[in-house]
Amino acid sequence: MGHESGFPRDFTGVGSSFLDFAQRVAPEVLPMSRSVDKGVLPEVPHGTTIVTAQFAGGVVMAGDRRATMGSMISSRQMEKVFAADETSVVGIAGTAGIAIELVRLFQLELEHYEKIEGDTLSLDGKANRLAALLRSNLPLAMQGLAAVPLFAGFDTDRGYGRIYSYDVTGGRYEETNHHSVGSGSVFARGALKKLWHADMTRTEAVRLCIEALWDAADDDSATAGPDVLRKIWPIVAVVTADGFSYVDPAELTEVATMVLAGRSEGLAHARVLTPGKGGPGNAVPPTTTLHAPGTGPGGDPAGSGGGAGSWPGSSEINPGSTRGGEGAQQ
Amino acid sequence: MSMPFYVSPEQLMRDRAEFARKGIARGRSVIVAQYDSGIVFATENPSRALHKISEIYDRIGFAAVGKYNEFENLRVAGIRYADLRGYTYDRTDVMARGLANAYAQTLGTAFTTESKPLEVELVVAEVGLSAAQDQIYRLAYDGSVAEEHGFVVIGGQSDSLNEVMATLWKPDLPLAEVLGIMAQVLATPQGVPAQSGGPTGTGAGTGETDAEQAEPADSVRALSADKLEAAVLDRTKARRCFKRLTPQRINELFGE
Repeated sequence: MGHESGFPRDFTGVGSSFLDFAQRVAPEVLPMSRSVDKGVLPEVPHGTTIVTAQFAGGVVMAGDRRATMGSMISSRQMEKVFAADETSVVGIAGTAGIAIELVRLFQLELEHYEKIEGDTLSLDGKANRLAALLRSNLPLAMQGLAAVPLFAGFDTDRGYGRIYSYDVTGGRYEETNHHSVGSGSVFARGALKKLWHADMTRTEAVRLCIEALWDAADDDSATAGPDVLRKIWPIVAVVTADGFSYVDPAELTEVATMVLAGRSEGLAHARVLTPGKGGPGNAVPPTTTLHAPGTGPGGDPAGSGGGAGSWPGSSEINPGSTRGGEGAQQ
Repeated sequence: MSMPFYVSPEQLMRDRAEFARKGIARGRSVIVAQYDSGIVFATENPSRALHKISEIYDRIGFAAVGKYNEFENLRVAGIRYADLRGYTYDRTDVMARGLANAYAQTLGTAFTTESKPLEVELVVAEVGLSAAQDQIYRLAYDGSVAEEHGFVVIGGQSDSLNEVMATLWKPDLPLAEVLGIMAQVLATPQGVPAQSGGPTGTGAGTGETDAEQAEPADSVRALSADKLEAAVLDRTKARRCFKRLTPQRINELFGE
């Protein structure tokens, strides 16, 4: 970028895409122009679950904060949900380094267009630009460095929020109502399907996203649930006609606490397998001094029938001893 | 057989400068000035689409006078320069000084080597965290750069307008007041030098006195909001400080 004689010729002329410009002038700064040889890629951080849902007046998107390197947690505070511009939001799952670079490039692509043209792209136009960026990242995706975004925004022409999902080849699909990507998305989608309804309020939609992420975290080790100890909540962003905003931590604390309270109440009487029960060779001989009311096959010396109550205190947390044998049979 | 006439370098440069100056003086002026929480740009421009004022980067704005196609090219080049630099390094590494240098080189090269100089004059302004850190660069058609303090008028009868502006502008005025002054300054002497009809170089002196005399009568005729193109670099904004002022917003500021 030496400018001994001013701007190089390529700096003038038509075109409002930063990607096209950079590919022409300085391809080395773009992530997709690096060629990667085939080889064994060391473990690199991966970002995981993103959920998004429409509500009356806009769209909400949330992402957990975990990045994993193989089975290790590489970050507890990763950010995966970003403002693409003032009226749209992009969340990203996959190889973290590539994902963040793609977001940076996408944000710049939109801003660059806006500055040069003096006007913003339509929401569909933005979604198409993101597809083009992904398509140019395809060679890296083939080497295992894939990132999959989720894009949503408020369509000012139509007056409601819209959601777009992608595949690594740059395929662009408009989603309705709600969607989720990333390793925990299978579980999150289940929650979204059950809990989403038309004309949700903003508050309900924020809670929906937290619930869905919690369900994802429950079953996917690469997704983090709300971290009550460290007070690290998922990042939640809302886009309405007024534009993009992050949901502030105070509100998230409140929602997370509410969800936590609801869930702990629901699980208060859930049966938990008791140690020393039923596992092969893991039985504790029944003691005659303990009296567990309603113990089923309590006298079984092998303990294979494993009735509740032969472990001190277990009778309190094991409702319905008639089902006591189930655990042992699993 | 045709032999080119000998033209001395001095004469050549003078002719080129005269040519560029004439082109620039033909257009309407742009004023860039500091106000208490940023920098404001204003010009008379009935077009809502063809801008003379533009955003370059988070804290950098651009204003131009002269030939539209020429300064539009420079504006786009500036945006590309800034965006590429910010993407390669960091957003905080994009500075008005570097951009002003690149513009100066481009203008200077065109002035000496191209078949005709660029008929444009530019302002590159960067809003700092405090008024003392604000930078306003004025770039002339020949590539010369001047750092201005407080305010600057380019294009049209810029010399006389600069002097009118100097009598009215003070540091740390609120936006509404500065914009009011600008609307007034832009409106007052616009027709005056044209009436005096002299060559642009000598017209400035008489234009100035005429302008000052005409001022009280003309102050009612300050430019209306729909004729003004205005924008601010607001230092209180977190990232993109540049914001266009819509006619509604300008009317609000004028208290109408």
